[in-house]
Amino acid sequence: MAEASTHPAANPAALRAPEPPARGAADPMRPRRFRIARLRRELADTFTLELEPLDGAGMHFKPGQFNMLYVFGVGEVPISISGDPADPSVLVHTTRAVGTVTNAMNRLKAGQSIGIRGPFGTHWPAEAAHGDDVLIVAGGIGLAPLRPLIHTVLAERDRFGKVLILYGARTPEDILFTRELKAWRGRFDMSVHVTVDRATGAWNGHVGVVTRLIKMGGFDPGNTSAFVCGPEAMMRFCLTALAEKGVREERMFISMERNMKCAVGVCGHCQWGGHFVCRDGPVFRFDKVADIFRVWEL
Amino acid sequence: MVQVEGLETLLENHPFFEGFDADTLALLAGCGVNERFGPGDYVFHEGSDADKVYIVRHGTVSIEAKVPGLDRVSLQTLQEDDVLGWSSLVTPYRYTFDARAVSLLRVVSLDAACLRKKFEADHELGYLVLNRVVAMMAERLQAARLQMLDLYQPKGGQM
Ligand SMILES: Cc1cc2nc3c(=O)[nH]c(=O)nc-3n(C[C@H](O)[C@H](O)[C@H](O)COP(=O)(O)OP(=O)(O)OC[C@H]3O[C@@H](n4cnc5c(N)ncnc54)[C@H](O)[C@@H]3O)c2cc1C
Ligand code: FES
Repeated sequence: MAEASTHPAANPAALRAPEPPARGAADPMRPRRFRIARLRRELADTFTLELEPLDGAGMHFKPGQFNMLYVFGVGEVPISISGDPADPSVLVHTTRAVGTVTNAMNRLKAGQSIGIRGPFGTHWPAEAAHGDDVLIVAGGIGLAPLRPLIHTVLAERDRFGKVLILYGARTPEDILFTRELKAWRGRFDMSVHVTVDRATGAWNGHVGVVTRLIKMGGFDPGNTSAFVCGPEAMMRFCLTALAEKGVREERMFISMERNMKCAVGVCGHCQWGGHFVCRDGPVFRFDKVADIFRVWEL
Repeated sequence: MVQVEGLETLLENHPFFEGFDADTLALLAGCGVNERFGPGDYVFHEGSDADKVYIVRHGTVSIEAKVPGLDRVSLQTLQEDDVLGWSSLVTPYRYTFDARAVSLLRVVSLDAACLRKKFEADHELGYLVLNRVVAMMAERLQAARLQMLDLYQPKGGQM
């Protein structure tokens, strides 16, 4: 993960002072304690935590927003919320264990507690896609941040045209939320296409990169809103494929990742060009960031 | 004759031949026949003489390699709107992988020797078709490179 190196002062746009917390509002720097109510193993290295607040107050959030998850005594990491926004009583996070904090989180057991700050950041603007075909393009663990959006779109299904989920995973064994993908595929009002990069033996689905699914079409490009989440390189190629199909840049939305510390636009850790990913993102409308998105080093 | 007219329409409706005029389609259809394969049937085997180009009309076909210890590995699937078997147009005219029907597969198969003869006689026709073949190969090459990047590995990307 490329870490922002330049100081925020190098870019005046990045110097916008964060809004001070409203009087009486909870301190965004102070974690709330949540209890692990359920723990689900999704894949060999990926797990879902269902969390209940110890203070009883649920958490309202919008699709695409993230929380800072604090494993006591180890550290804090940003993780997107992967649950249903219509159910604030249970907070759901799906995490892939890749390093110090996420591995420690992977070792937690049901009943143990974890600190949560949030929700933070911008959201997938489902409302901007009303009347459009909705194309949800996910790669790997990138399906997790898009799952709340899928719930939202399905809850208001009549407001959208066609709904397509295009999902790419490494192998059939790496496909996340298999049960849900099957249920969604079984519906008459949406299409789900899954592809894997490599497969052996019994797999009878698509093999190939997710961009090939975009090329297959099945949506009206001029009236499509596309929501894309996955590794940065995968998003890059998907955005190109979408543009080639005729989807407009202002109708493409992406979710970005940068290392984070404060998550409230103060420390500058997550700076990306003139943006702080924690505050101005993680969800960006592509045309607003297209110029910096094409520069690897940022 | 009825069969050939039918094939022209099938080719005309396939994106690979988009924009081709009726005369050209008739020339190409003259090399073709309709074929179908059941799920699990091999369309061709790695190393065998590449004698046909397959225009996929319906179904899914898997391009596979046999890897010791791994049974067969699927490298890519192709479906309707795709074209299979470009090796039959390029020397040494040998298929480089296995192709196995995943579902019921309906294709128009074009006899490669017949096509090559027509390309020799009519270079413009040859250019027209091979131009599309090159574009298709470029797209497959790009897809293969992306697969090689192994994007979903923890170190491969951001997520
Ligand atoms: C807004 C936002 C939302 C996110 N949502 C999710 C989510 O829903 N689920 C999820 O699993 N992750 C998500 N992430 C990524 C997650 O924050 C990181 O994986 C986590 O911070 C890694 O911390 P660590 O201490 O476990 O690893 P570290 O000890 O910091 O890193 C250890 C090793 O892992 C590699 N690494 C670090 N981060 C990643 C990464 N993201 N992917 C692959 N390799 C990495 C590093 O290169 C390093 O070699 C999100 C990130 C952001 C910014
Ligand atoms: S400014 Fe501190 S993490 Fe974004």
